[in-house]
Parts: sequence; structure tokens; C-alpha cells
Amino acid sequence: MSRTWWKNPIALAMTALMLFPLYWMLNVSFTKRESIRGGDLVPVDFTVDHYAVVFRDQLPYLGTSLLIGTGTVVLTLAIAAPASFALASMAVPGRRSIGFALIVAQMVPAVVMSLGLYSIYNTVGLLDTLPGLILADSTIAVPFAVLLLTAFMAGIPRELLQAAQIDGASHWRTFRSIVLPVSRNAIITSALFAFLWAWSDFIFASTLNREGGLLRPITMGIYNYIGAQNQEWGPMMATAVVASIPAAVLLVVAQKYVAAGVTAGAVKN
Amino acid sequence: MTTLTTRTAAAPTTPERATVKPKRRGAHWAAIAFVIPLVLYLLLFYAYPLVQNLTMSLHRFDRGTFINGGAPFVGLEIYRDVFDHPQFWTIVWQTTVFTAVSLAFQYLIGLTIAVFFHRGGFRLAAPLRGMFLVPWLLPIIVSGTTWQWMMNPDAGLLNSFLGLFGADPVWWLSADNALMSVAIANIWLGIPFNLVILYSGLQGIPKELYEAASMDGATPWQQFWRITLPMLRPVTLITLLLGLVYTLKVVDIIWIMSMGTGTSQTLATWAYGMSVGKGASGVIRYSEASAVGTILLLAALAFGLIYIAAQRKQEH
Repeated sequence: MSRTWWKNPIALAMTALMLFPLYWMLNVSFTKRESIRGGDLVPVDFTVDHYAVVFRDQLPYLGTSLLIGTGTVVLTLAIAAPASFALASMAVPGRRSIGFALIVAQMVPAVVMSLGLYSIYNTVGLLDTLPGLILADSTIAVPFAVLLLTAFMAGIPRELLQAAQIDGASHWRTFRSIVLPVSRNAIITSALFAFLWAWSDFIFASTLNREGGLLRPITMGIYNYIGAQNQEWGPMMATAVVASIPAAVLLVVAQKYVAAGVTAGAVKN
Repeated sequence: MTTLTTRTAAAPTTPERATVKPKRRGAHWAAIAFVIPLVLYLLLFYAYPLVQNLTMSLHRFDRGTFINGGAPFVGLEIYRDVFDHPQFWTIVWQTTVFTAVSLAFQYLIGLTIAVFFHRGGFRLAAPLRGMFLVPWLLPIIVSGTTWQWMMNPDAGLLNSFLGLFGADPVWWLSADNALMSVAIANIWLGIPFNLVILYSGLQGIPKELYEAASMDGATPWQQFWRITLPMLRPVTLITLLLGLVYTLKVVDIIWIMSMGTGTSQTLATWAYGMSVGKGASGVIRYSEASAVGTILLLAALAFGLIYIAAQRKQEH
């Protein structure tokens, strides 16, 4: 046994404290309506009824969120990946200005974006539509994806690209058959964050898709519960649990990509 | 064929140029083709909304003129209205407190945990560090509703806990306490980000420094103050500046918990509330929302530019 074994219980306690709100959400979601206010530490009056309500009421919202998330990932990568390749390995006119614009873009408050987009969407008829929301959600992810992918692609050995050119490959071919496969990890990280941000978005959904009916994402499904006259905490917490599943799954299967994404934006090696 | 040979005869350098230059020009055009979707995207979905936001803050819009057009140009009048709003300076102050308190605690707690995990040497370090990321990845509406329930005055967990020590229940989300309560939730949200970045910063500090220091008899406490903190300064600066820009513009966590009522109103929630006609502002005020949004944008950009300068400096 090592000298620092005592750190394990301390670390466990810190983690438990940190994750306690999430445990509490689970706990409430499994507790019968009449006992929720009792505040038992474990769901003594156990029930899965709240989840039945979620699957009855929230399924369309979950489907919409899935569609929006996937659409945002596709759009983000379609715009970011080719541009990143060019920025990383070709002489792009105005490269510095593009890089500057991307960093500044990440600092624009979502309120400002949603107001501007609202007035544009109002004119072109994109309000309360899925494409409108996908386009809006992609604005959170595109600058991040370009910066991340450019940094990664700049690290691809020049010889690899030159070898392809000597063999007569076009730029497009080099991009498709060499750069994309080599950049797999960075692409997964960008896709993962694009999905999570779109899935979690509240501001764009609540401003640009107010009247979207069933074509609204799951975040709005939860928001409906908050706005209700009589707040139903059981179904609300059960919906929150279901809405957390993508994040939980991604964290389990793709933790290294997540950690890579968090540091990428801030610290350059 | 003939033209080619005559050219070669005329100037020996041309054939070389003839083969290289078109290729370069091809590369040039290829680069543009690869980048043009991004440039168009940035113009359409960043520049255009920003211009639109600015335009709205210079015209007096209401619901009718928003739909039918014809909002009169009023110059900076709306900005004057916003500055003259009786709550303006209160809200600026609340925004400052919310941001400063959030940043300070996120950083201190994040750093403590990062150092603890970095000293490591225990088996659970890696998996538990991963678990710490969870709050950061969840939709904010999930965390917000959970905190709201935990802060429920009569059935919430926090008050039950305080009750164990005989304390009176706290009205967490009442007008006076709302700022503190949303700050607590926001600190919780920001810890994972601080932890990950500071942890990677700690990994960048050469081990030899610590080895040399402990050979000289420095205690872990001295090592922290003399080595860790000074070496971490650039990462600290970046973390705080990024956190600052992010915290300034945050809406969801506050809005979901308190709708920006009472002391929890910040510039961001004020603008958001006016843009949807909820919360403190019962009606939609596009122009005022845009004006507050623009002020917020300028503040975020000012700190953003400091961030860029700081990062440039680090690279050189």
C-alpha cells in the first residue's frame, strides 16, 4: 500500500460532494410525487412513473434534439474541416484576419446573436424551423471547431502532404484521403462538442423557436415544466435525467476527447 | 510546341516559372475554395447578426414596427434611455459582483482540486478527475432546475441540511438572496473548466523544480507558493480572462433559477428578458435589448482583446 492511500477517500468525498446535485436529481426522479417534499436521501417511495410521463410527453422533443444535434455536427464539420485544412497547410489570403475573427466570434454573447438572428429569421422565414435552429446552434461550434482542427492539422507532417501531391493527388483528394483520416481524433472532439452544445442550447431555442410546437428541443421540454403553474418536480427531474444521458454516455466512451476539447480552447502546447 | 521552344530560347528562366507559377496560382485558388464557405458563414451568421443587432439599437422598434417595418432612426437615444434607466447602475454592479465572486471561487476551488489531483499518487486520481467534468457537460437547464429544487425554501435539501444545525430556512431565490444563490450554482458549473485547464497547466511545470526544491528542504507549502503559483501565472491569466468573458455573458443558469429577478439581474439576463418580454420586463423591447446587448458585447470584447494579447505574449 502506497504512502498516499489516504488521498483516495478524500478524493472520493470531494467527487461525491461535487456530483451530489446530480445524485439528488436522480433521487427525486425516482421518488413518488407525494414523498418528494419529504426529502429522503434515497428514494424510499420508489417509482418509475415519472419516466413513464417523460416517455409519453417528451419523446418528440428528444427526437427533435437528436435531429438538431446531428444536423449541427454535420454543418459544423462541413464548414470547419475544409477551411481548417486550408488554414493549416496552404497560403490563405487574410489568414490572420480569419483567425482573429474566429477568436472574437467566441466572445460574442448569445443574447446579441439571438437578437440579430431573430430579426433576420423574421424576414427570411426561418423562425420556428429546424434548419434555423441548426444554423444558430452551429454558430457556437464553428469557431471552436476551426481553431481546434487547424491546430491539429498544422501538426500533420508536411512530407505526408507533399508525397500525395507528387503522386498527383488533387488538394481535394489529399484532404479527403489523407488529412481527414489522420485528423480523426480532433474531428471526433469537435463533433462531440458541437453535438453537446446543440443538445444543451437554451437561448436560441427559447428565442428563435418559441412557437415550434413539437419541433422544439428537449431543453424546452424541461423549460415548459418550469413555466407551469403547478411545478411537477418528479417528471421535471426525470426529463433532466434523460436529457443528461448523451453527456454521460459521451463522457464514458470518449473521455479523452472531452478532456482534449476543454484544454484545446485555452492552452496551447 | 513552337511557342514553347521560342520562349525557352528567349528566356531560360521562363519554363521553370511556367511550371511552378500556375501550380502556385492553383494552390492559391484551392486555398480560397476551401476557406470560402467559412468566410461566407462568418459574414452571414456572425457579422450580419451583429450589424442587425446594432441597427436595432439605433432604431426605435416595437412589436408593430418589428413586423411591418418603419421603425424610426433615433441615433443614440436608446442608449441614453438605457443609461438613464433607474436600475442601470445597480445591474452593472450586480453583474460585476456575480462575475467577480464566480471567478474567485471557481478558480480557488478548481486550483485546490487540481493541485490535490496533480500531487496524485493515488489510484482513483484519473477516474475521479474524469467524473469532475460531468457538471460542465450537462445541459445548463438540467443543473439549473436541480439547483432550483435544492434551494426550494420549504422542501429543498439545502434548508433541510441547515436545519440539522438549527439554522432558520433561507429564502435562497428571494429578491435579496438571488445573487448569492445563482453565484453558488455558477461556481459549481465553472469548477470543472478551471480544474481541467489548471491541471494541464500543472503538468507543464518541470518536475526537476520540485525535486531541487525538496532537496533544499522546501516544504510542500513553500513549494506551492514559490514554484507552483509563479509557474502557473500565465495559465491563471488565461483561465481567468476566459472565465470572465464567459461569465459576463451567461444567461441560462441565472434565468432558469430566478428569471433574473431581484439582485440576480445582470446585463445579460436583462437583455435576454427584454428580448423575450419576460422577467423584469413584461413586454418585448427589442431596441433596448439590443442596446444592452451591444454594451455587453463591448465589455466582453474589451476583456477578450486582453485575452488575445496575453496569449500572443505567451507564444513569443
